[in-house]
Amino acid sequence: MIDRSPGTTVAAAAAAQAARTRMGYPDSLLEDLYRRMLRIRYFEEEIHYHISRGHIHGTTHLYVGEEAIAAGAAANLSDLDYITSTHRCHGHAVAKGTALSGLAAEMFGKRAGVCGGKGGSMHLADPARGNLGGTGIVGGGLPIAVGAALSIRRLGQDRVAVCFFGDGAMNEGTFHESVNLASVWKLPVLFLCENNQYGVSTHVRRSTNVQDLSLRAAAYGIPGRKVDGMDVLAVYEAVREAKEYVKTNGPLLLVAQTYRFLGHSRSDANVYRTEEEIASWRRRDPIPRFRERLNEEGSFSEDRIEDIEEEVRREVDAAFRYARACEEPGLEDLLRDVYAD
Amino acid sequence: MRTDAGTGARRPREISYAQAVREALREELRRDPRVFLMGEDVGIYGGTFGVSAGLIEELGPDRILDTPISEAVLAGAAAGAALTGTRPIVEIPFSDFLSLALDQIGNQAAKMRYMFGGAVRVPLVVRSPAGSGTGAGAQHSQSQEAVFCHFPGLKVVVPSTPYDAKGLLKTAVRDDNPVVFLEQKLLYKETGPVPEEEYLVPFGKADVKRPGSDLTIVAWGRMVGMCLAAAERLESEGVSVEVLDPRTLVPLDTRAIVSSVAKTGRLLIVHEAVRTGGFGGEIAALVADSEAFPLLKAPIRRVAGFDIPVPYSPNLERNAVPTPERIEDAVRDLLVQGEKRPAGRTGSVRS
Ligand SMILES: Cc1ncc(C[n+]2csc(CCOP(=O)(O)OP(=O)(O)O)c2C)c(N)n1
Ligand SMILES: [Mg+2]
Repeated sequence: MIDRSPGTTVAAAAAAQAARTRMGYPDSLLEDLYRRMLRIRYFEEEIHYHISRGHIHGTTHLYVGEEAIAAGAAANLSDLDYITSTHRCHGHAVAKGTALSGLAAEMFGKRAGVCGGKGGSMHLADPARGNLGGTGIVGGGLPIAVGAALSIRRLGQDRVAVCFFGDGAMNEGTFHESVNLASVWKLPVLFLCENNQYGVSTHVRRSTNVQDLSLRAAAYGIPGRKVDGMDVLAVYEAVREAKEYVKTNGPLLLVAQTYRFLGHSRSDANVYRTEEEIASWRRRDPIPRFRERLNEEGSFSEDRIEDIEEEVRREVDAAFRYARACEEPGLEDLLRDVYAD
Repeated sequence: MRTDAGTGARRPREISYAQAVREALREELRRDPRVFLMGEDVGIYGGTFGVSAGLIEELGPDRILDTPISEAVLAGAAAGAALTGTRPIVEIPFSDFLSLALDQIGNQAAKMRYMFGGAVRVPLVVRSPAGSGTGAGAQHSQSQEAVFCHFPGLKVVVPSTPYDAKGLLKTAVRDDNPVVFLEQKLLYKETGPVPEEEYLVPFGKADVKRPGSDLTIVAWGRMVGMCLAAAERLESEGVSVEVLDPRTLVPLDTRAIVSSVAKTGRLLIVHEAVRTGGFGGEIAALVADSEAFPLLKAPIRRVAGFDIPVPYSPNLERNAVPTPERIEDAVRDLLVQGEKRPAGRTGSVRS
């Protein structure tokens, strides 16, 4: 469902209209979007399993329910485009195309992990593929994205920086400072807010009096748009357009409406929301929803869809088998990499 | 109130460190209507580590305020509120995020009284859990007490037991200055005796957690328990270790530290925070500059966190900060240097 309120773009609405009849996208793109979402979902389900059995220590913030945003956004990006991520960073890292084996190994704190086992759940990164990493500091990634865009501008590159952040992060000073500076300097940043309705237990109704978060863009003289974050094609379209916009005009704020199906982190008992609310959002689960469309409106047979699912399942299983088997970092790694040589 | 079998002596109940903090909050909130608690998810969620669980049900949303994720304004608004007749307590979910509030804490709250010539009081408490060991990575595991000690005007508290946590927090709430209260997240579930009757633990008064005669360990926070366990093991080697917990780093009980070192002649300082710029250096300098200095039988030694961000991988994380082995080895080494050889151990000594 495309959001029809004023913040929605015409093109996104038109694209969704086309999609409703015959999708109007090459099969390769549709398959790519589906695979990206599945990879994230299966990856997160594995993490959930291993963390609940104590195979992974520490806390973790799962992205289940929000997959359409990372998948729809990343499908527009090349390895040269940058992203900055958050504490809820697994989905962004997976979508950006980093091999699952290195991501899974990082979750287990292994030397073969993308951060050598030193980063962990909140700091998945892959700078070589444009992923400037997750941060445990809410709002901490926004200035970094502005800096990446500053480099893009200064180096004359044809790239964009996509900055993922949550509804809660919008109330940190860094949000305001970052959007303002990017606006003044017309930097190619897409500020992509994942509005999953809550910052931990605090609903957006209780953290701001401006419920349409995209309206905040007006305060900085940039466009603000909204998109249904449970619809991967809608996100794909909105980011495609936004990307073109920010390259020539400077930043744009895109707010994706979404929901996290699981707790905020490992220890969340969900006391602040109702079962009905969770169930109502689960009915909008982006993955079965897109699967249905692939099947009914696309040229994807049930067999083909199942083959894709099976393949992704095998890819994820192999990554976790690998991750569990590979070795821990040794004490010789402890003091390494504090400084560049 | 339970009694000890046999002796009939009254023995206080045992509660956890988190419960002790919660009791202090509840008692102070009830005692003084000017006191209130604000922070991210302190209401129905009960705080990030469950410390304020049940308080909003008991005291209402007027006293227990959930806030947006905005640490700078939390600390600054606390300062403003403190200036104007109320007594705020702010919870910051991890002490690593205090840096987002540091301008308001260090440049505003800490300095106002002095800058304004003594014309104001700034009675606020910023509570926040510190320390590694939870697998939460480099931005959720630091021990930054020394940072706050470097802002004159702030008081800095690092409680190591449930008893101290409760008594010190009650003192903090009643203090007319900004207090940074660094709870120890790995101790939240540890239990210890806490009397049911009301009590306060004064600032600036160190506590000898274990008396000894061969060597003084000065440690605070989570390291106190680790040092006590080490001292116990070393006792079987014939070594008598005194463990002294300053409890508040500002104000610091310099007398207690100096006189303990004068007695034992050896000083080991243990802190979880990284070594460089850590508060251990301050204590070493204090002793070096005191009448205890000529009585030292061995150099002053520190066992501290390595100068690295806290890594994620469990084995690396455990070894980034002091371990029982490092503490025991340092004690043995200092005793060898001071000519008292621990029984049962000779030969090479690592530090
Ligand atoms: C500066 C800072 N303050 C507080 C926290 C604790 N914390 C971690 S995640 C979170 C909620 C973030 O909400 P939002 O930005 O909406 O992201 P979401 O978790 O919903 O994806 C909070 C308060 C933190 N990590 N960093
Ligand atoms: Mg959120």
